[in-house]
Amino acid sequence: MTTISEIPAGSINEALPTTLFRFATAGSVDDGKSTLVGRLLHDSKAILADQLDAVARTSADRGFGGDKGGIDLALLTDGLRAEREQGITIDVAYRYFATDRRSFILADCPGHVQYTKNTVTGASTADAVVVLIDARKGVLEQTRRHLSVLQLLRVAHVIVAVNKIDLVDFSESVFRDIEADVQQVGRELGLGADGISDLLVIPVSALDGDNVVDRSERTPWYTGPALLEVLETLPAADELESHLESFRFPVQLVIRPQGALAPDAVAAGLDVEAYRDYRAYAGQITEGSVKVGDQVSVLTPGQAPRTTTVVGIDFAGASLAEAAAPQSVAIRLADEFDVARGDTIAAAGTVREASADLYAALCWLSPKPLREGQKVLVKHGTRTVQAMVRSVSGKLDLATFKLEGASNLELNDIGHAQLRLAAPLPLENYLHHRRTGAFLVIDPLDGNTLAAGLVKDHPGDHEDERYSI
Amino acid sequence: MSTSLTEETQVTEAGVSTRLSSLDTLESEAIHIIREVVAEFEKPALLFSGGKDSVVMLHLATKAFWPGKVPFPVLHVDTGHNFPEVIAFRDRTVERLGLKLVVGSVQEFIDRGELAERADGTRNPLQTVPLLDAIQQNKFDAVFGGGRRDEDKARAKERILSLRDEFGQWDPRNQRPELWNLYNGRHTVGQHVRAFPISNWTELDIWRYIERENIELPGLYYAHQREVFARDGMWRAVGEVSQPREGEEVITKTVRYRTVGDMSCTGAVESNAFTVSDVVVEVAASTLTERGATRADDRISEAAMEDRKKDGYF
Ligand SMILES: Nc1nc2c(ncn2[C@@H]2O[C@H](COP(=O)(O)OP(=O)(O)OP(=O)(O)O)[C@@H](O)[C@H]2O)c(=O)[nH]1
Ligand SMILES: [Mg+2]
Repeated sequence: MTTISEIPAGSINEALPTTLFRFATAGSVDDGKSTLVGRLLHDSKAILADQLDAVARTSADRGFGGDKGGIDLALLTDGLRAEREQGITIDVAYRYFATDRRSFILADCPGHVQYTKNTVTGASTADAVVVLIDARKGVLEQTRRHLSVLQLLRVAHVIVAVNKIDLVDFSESVFRDIEADVQQVGRELGLGADGISDLLVIPVSALDGDNVVDRSERTPWYTGPALLEVLETLPAADELESHLESFRFPVQLVIRPQGALAPDAVAAGLDVEAYRDYRAYAGQITEGSVKVGDQVSVLTPGQAPRTTTVVGIDFAGASLAEAAAPQSVAIRLADEFDVARGDTIAAAGTVREASADLYAALCWLSPKPLREGQKVLVKHGTRTVQAMVRSVSGKLDLATFKLEGASNLELNDIGHAQLRLAAPLPLENYLHHRRTGAFLVIDPLDGNTLAAGLVKDHPGDHEDERYSI
Repeated sequence: MSTSLTEETQVTEAGVSTRLSSLDTLESEAIHIIREVVAEFEKPALLFSGGKDSVVMLHLATKAFWPGKVPFPVLHVDTGHNFPEVIAFRDRTVERLGLKLVVGSVQEFIDRGELAERADGTRNPLQTVPLLDAIQQNKFDAVFGGGRRDEDKARAKERILSLRDEFGQWDPRNQRPELWNLYNGRHTVGQHVRAFPISNWTELDIWRYIERENIELPGLYYAHQREVFARDGMWRAVGEVSQPREGEEVITKTVRYRTVGDMSCTGAVESNAFTVSDVVVEVAASTLTERGATRADDRISEAAMEDRKKDGYF
């Protein structure tokens, strides 16, 4: 019978409010990503009895673990029928768990090369990515592919878990060899070299739990932290990126009720007269912070920036003195400019002019290749414009991590291209502005997303040579 | 590139102290999604059942457009197997917020012979046809749903903006990549998009938010006395469409509901959580998921939710 009873005293985390930390998995197929995620969920007590029962039943039906038995923890995230049948992950599964320190959003991504687009999906919002490597196999091409995607996206923290360490008898020398390879790849890619990323390598057994939540006695030669300890203490991306000067606010829509006020707000005593001419710009702060009284520039593509003052920051009836990323607010300005969706409000004097020439790194996610001369759509912030591919200037060779000449990009290629936009956009270098430096390439025919795009500086414009991608 | 920007990353005191709490981050993300959909689609609607997730979603919408009205109608797919207090709550809420309510009725489809009552009498799976019909009739191109990824393993796989084809079907093997917070809602005529602003919320987040924001819910979410009988390991309420069979003894118990749906297949749990803070404590300590505890229809098979979703279910 279903009952909820016996609430253990002190079981609820009283140390509110907790903050949110997002992380994803990556690595080659069958390296044990889903098993690791299942292990983390299981050992942090995030799996409820009925879920565990269901997984135990399926594991037994399939004879998981042979005579030894046990439960297939990967089934906790491989939730689609096809995934269970094939024993692989096809699309990202989002799971949630919390410790005393943090609430985690966890994206378990596929390893199969065919589903790289889904892994890019999971990694694009992650504060940290855990890359798994099978200790018996070492660094594979798919490991190199995923690591280059993570470097391209400038994921703040990359952690490498050398998994299945139980299958190599907890051998230190196997681990050290892989660790050295990983550090070499990290150096070649520039991972960890730019002061944003860092690379930590941990020996784990996802199946048995070694060094996942607690440090293992079976790897006495490893003196570093267990994986969860690391995840609990890393700073989130927005902590790293909060610098005051870079306030950015793409306008999503204009709130102008013109008398059509919310009846519940009126019933609660809202002064109808005072709000008759209300006009505010709604959006989410993508970077930095803003205070009432700040000077800001309004960037409307095709026009010179207009400078004005913030007179109000509203949020659902509350007037805020200041707000910071990633808050969703509504901003009122001193001057009655014509401001609309697609415009950006930014700290005054900190942005360059909008440009119709887009130099970009692209991660191509579609089976339809990119060709020079092709027409596409570019979605940047709250604006979508037409664009033409002028040239492809190279693609990444996974064996050497060098850009080699290319005239098209195919599925899973990372490359550089130049696009000409039908209307100028307030483009910013992705290295310094994650949100205003990112865009989508969309197929105008069927509306599908073709690529993840990252804005680069004009070639030759004091670009840092360290960043090959 | 501007030269006044700090290029070195540094964790400033201020930066750390201004971090949002996880609830504020989730709220902000949901409002961003709701505003994106309203800005990019012609005719959105919000699925509103009076259940806690849809109530929270509607509350977020009121915050997103304050002091203006919520700029879209709400859509209820009525199974005809309702808890009367939930329907009363629904109507009160619509009235309070000045919204337009569109109802898709399972009963009407059954009366017209376009849907057949199932052998087990439950109507949750029958909601798909009236839902798709209402979407088509009203030309809704985007529908907000209160689905959460922590509810079910198939839902855990769904994008925040999820494309549906002309038949309302979801193709889990072929979802668009969803990068950063740039949502691609492009669709062709006949297709529509489901938007899930509270994808990343857990049941506990929902309850903490209800507590924090003082959001009103139908009373059956809190402990109350009710005549119930045991079936399939759950407590079922005695009601018009949910009558005990031979040998099923009716007793009065103190129960509450963790989900509200078709009365004939939604079970109550024994509980002494009379207030919202009691519920927060109870949910935090619960050892069963809300669907495992209360939804007979999700116990049918391991992929029950996936199959329904592929056909166009919420
Ligand atoms: N012995 C041992 N086996 C493991 C370990 N981790 C995973 N496995 C097994 O490796 C196989 C693949 O595990 P998964 O977790 O499905 O791998 P994955 O990386 O999620 O695979 P994809 O998502 O399809 O790329 C399963 O049979 C696991 O039981 C480990 O630490 N030790
Ligand atoms: Mg997997």
